[in-house]
Parts: sequence; structure tokens; C-alpha cells
Amino acid sequence: MRPFEYVSPTTEAEAVEALNGHDGQTMVLAGGTDLISLLQRDAVQTQRVVDIKKIDTLKSIEQVDDGVLIGATVTLDEALESPLLAGHDSIAQVIDGHRAIQIQSSGTLVGDLCQMPQCWYFRNGFGVLGRKDGESLAELGDNRYHAVFGNAGPAKFVCASRFAPSMVAWGAKVRVIGPTPEDEQFVPLEYFFVTPRLESQGVTVLKQGQLVTHIWLPTVADMKSGSYEVLESKGLDRPQAAASVCLQTEGDFVRDARIVMGHVAPTPWIAHEAARALVGQRLDEDMAGHIGDLAVSKATPLSMNEYKVAMARAAVKRSLLRAVGKLDAALV
Amino acid sequence: MQEHEQQRHGPGGFNRRDFLKGSSAAVAATAIVTAEQEALAQKKGSAPVQGPGKVDVTLTVNGKQHKLSVEPRTTLLDALRDQLNLTGCKDDFDTTSCSGSDTIIIDGKAVYASTRLAIEVQGQQIQTVESLRNGNNIDEVLSGFVKHDAMQCGFCTPGFVMATRAFLNQKPKATLKEIQDGLGGNICRCGTYKGITACALEIVKGGA
Repeated sequence: MRPFEYVSPTTEAEAVEALNGHDGQTMVLAGGTDLISLLQRDAVQTQRVVDIKKIDTLKSIEQVDDGVLIGATVTLDEALESPLLAGHDSIAQVIDGHRAIQIQSSGTLVGDLCQMPQCWYFRNGFGVLGRKDGESLAELGDNRYHAVFGNAGPAKFVCASRFAPSMVAWGAKVRVIGPTPEDEQFVPLEYFFVTPRLESQGVTVLKQGQLVTHIWLPTVADMKSGSYEVLESKGLDRPQAAASVCLQTEGDFVRDARIVMGHVAPTPWIAHEAARALVGQRLDEDMAGHIGDLAVSKATPLSMNEYKVAMARAAVKRSLLRAVGKLDAALV
Repeated sequence: MQEHEQQRHGPGGFNRRDFLKGSSAAVAATAIVTAEQEALAQKKGSAPVQGPGKVDVTLTVNGKQHKLSVEPRTTLLDALRDQLNLTGCKDDFDTTSCSGSDTIIIDGKAVYASTRLAIEVQGQQIQTVESLRNGNNIDEVLSGFVKHDAMQCGFCTPGFVMATRAFLNQKPKATLKEIQDGLGGNICRCGTYKGITACALEIVKGGA
């Protein structure tokens, strides 16, 4: 690891100020489950690490008028225990999918949204676009874990966030502060992620000197939600495809739907057409399969990852069934 | 001239190429920035900047306080192994991803020691596998691992023991499925999972 400075601010204003040092060549440290290994691998470089764990305003989950605010240092197990998130089934299901108590006790929800891609070209120092000598390694080389949607440009990685699909489906926003202490904005999560065309654009809208302090998650009465992640093995693993849905129903019929796929594109991938096709329909196993087909009908797999299309279809189908409590019956 | 310790992994430390690339320029620049920052800090009351050189830290490990001098980039794993000679937590960086053999307990929760910096855990209660045996006083997870033959090569074992300890502290009435899911953050290449889950199940049901 290269040497760096360490700052541990106690207020948001101090954090923003510390992040602005060294022309913004600084990084935010929360749970550390990703950043430390990135620094050890030299996949990212920084002059200064800003540890936000001592900022009191970021530590809690709070009820606000129309939803809940989740602070940036709230860990997965804290979120799982919070009664304020009891109605958000699809999010609890993703926390359960992190089958490691070490990640659950250290990892944060905001850190998950902000984590860098797992693309092996990026992790080995070739940048998020994975380019060497002007050629895309992901396009020419082994791309079995890369994108099957939104991959026409130079970016072939998949968004690493496991909570993004469920939170985008819920219509979450993130509170971003900086680069001056007065700057504050709420960014809809679906516009937070970026498909970069240049290495310098990064994978989110965050600019130098900015950080995410909270997630705002709406609470909606009688919203049905479900997530499904397709994992390769039983233990420590990252999904190869995932989907999350939010439904409003009347009886067996769907009044409104939002379907978001994960780990299939550089950003969470919203299946607008499939969601529209579901409105007004009776949701049973056949219909869920049909909606899954629609959701992946425009996939553009790379040379080695066509198998992910079938996984994404299954994830959509199963998350729909899970939202209405029919998954266990369908899997028998 | 800023001297940096040899690091276990990656660039940094006594690397001739990095040194030639411009350490002198970097040091000069750092000196200027630090002076500026100090002036700024005094004016605004902003958070103090520590490092990149060595900083004094106090770690509470297994109930004892230890005064160490570490760079901010030193991970807790490196500090425990290289400075406190607590080599029970294993360094598994060479594997492609974390395998959990560096699991320790901080404030009652299982944590990968390689995902924490030594500087950020000051004031927290750090517990390593060495604390589970005190003379003839042996933790039931340790004796359970022996009884159920829950190890082969033994590399993952200390981490698995700590993960099991932390998990059972949190869920003393866990079911088999909860145990299997809860210990999913540790990997054993030899495949001793059967003995480990048997050990955990026996403790759940009333002691080894």
C-alpha cells in the first residue's frame, strides 16, 4: 500500500473540508471492506483517507416525514435489526444474501452503493474501462462476469452494488454534500450511477470533494417488494445477476410495477417495458416468466457471458414471485 | 526524508523505482502542504491530519493496552502480526478474495482484520484467537473444534474459531441453516465444514 494521510472528522463540514485537500485526491473510508483491498492492490491511489465513522449525524436510521433516512455508517446488521426498515422486504433479503457476519457487521449500505466495480481488469490496475494499449481487455479477453446490457460503449463492467436494484425500485435518493460545506443535494438513485465513456468520469456522479451522507428511502403502505440474487456458490460470493421489484397490487392483479436488474450493466438496469407489460395483469408463475423474457429481450451479451441473460431472466421471474409470496411454491 | 516501513503487499515501502520517481519532490510538497494545513486547522478548528509518517496509537488487544507506532496505511492485521506477535490471524491476501482466516472480534463483532486500519480501531476492544485459551481455561469453541476434528491444514482454523465464537455470542440458539449462512464469510479449502457445523450445533444444544 502506498503511504497516505488519515483524517477522522467529527462533523460533515469537517469531512467535506478534509476531502477537498490534495486537489481532491482523497477517499472516504467507512466499513473498509472494499477500500483497503483496493489500496493494497494499487487499483486506486489516494493522498488521504477520510474516516467518517466518528461523525454522529451519519450513525443512525431516522424516520422523516415521508420515509427513512439511513446514515452513511449504518452497517448491514444494524439495518436488518431496525424496525424502521421492517416494511422493506426486498432490502432485508439482500442483507440476508450477504452470508458473512464479518461483512454484515462492517459493511455499510452507503458503502455498497459507492463501491467500485469488481471487474478483474479494474482490480488488477487497468482502470474501470479495462483498457490496455488502446484496446478493451474486457471485449477481447475473458468477460464472463461482464455486462450484458448497456455495454455498447467502452464500459463493460457491471455495477457492483447489491442494494442498488432494490433501492432504485423503491425510488430512493441519496443525499450528497460538498464540495463546499453549504452544498447539499438529493440525487435520485437511478441517476447516481454513471456509464463512463472516459476513465476520468468515474462510476457515479460524485465529484471530487463530495460524499454521500444518507440514503432517503420512501415508506409506502402496502408496497410489495422482492429481490432475488443468482449466486455461484453458497458462501462468500457476489451475484452474477440479480433483480428487485416493487409492486402495488389489487387482489392478484398488478396496479403498478417497477423492475430493476443488477449486475448486468454498468448501472442498475431498469426494465421499463417489462414493468409496463405487467400492469393490469394477474401475476402467476407463467406471467412472471413472460415478464422475465421481456426484461432480457434486448440483451447484448459479450463473447463469454450469454449465460447471464438466462440468469437475469430467472432473477426477474423469481423476484416477482417472491414479492407476492409465491416463490417457495414455484421452486418445489 | 520520510522513511516508510516495508509493507507486506503492493507498492510503497523501500521500492527503488518509487523512490527514484520523486520521493524528494513529494516530501518537499508534503512539507509545504502540512504547513498550510496546520495554519488552516488552527484558523477553522478542522479535523487534524495524521501521517503519512508514523503516528503513535494505543490498541486495546485481549484486555491489554499496547502503545504502537504505525503509519496510517498499516492494517490492523499487519499491526497484530508484525508488532504484537499475535500471528493467529492469518494473512490471506494471496488468495483472490478474502477467505476469513483473518477474522478477529472487535467490540463483540466479527471483523476481517485486513479491512481495518490500525489507526481507526483505537479505543475499541480487540479480541484475537490467542485470548480463547488462558492456562487451563479453554474456550468451548476451541475444545469443540478438537473434539469434532474440525481442521486439516489449519490455516483457516483460527479465523473460523473467531467467527464461530462471535456468531454464537450473537445467536446462542442458532439453527443449522443459520449456522451455515452465518459462517459463510469463512472458507476452508480442505472442506472441514462438517466438523465445524457439528461443533457449533453441539454448543447451541448445551455445551461441548
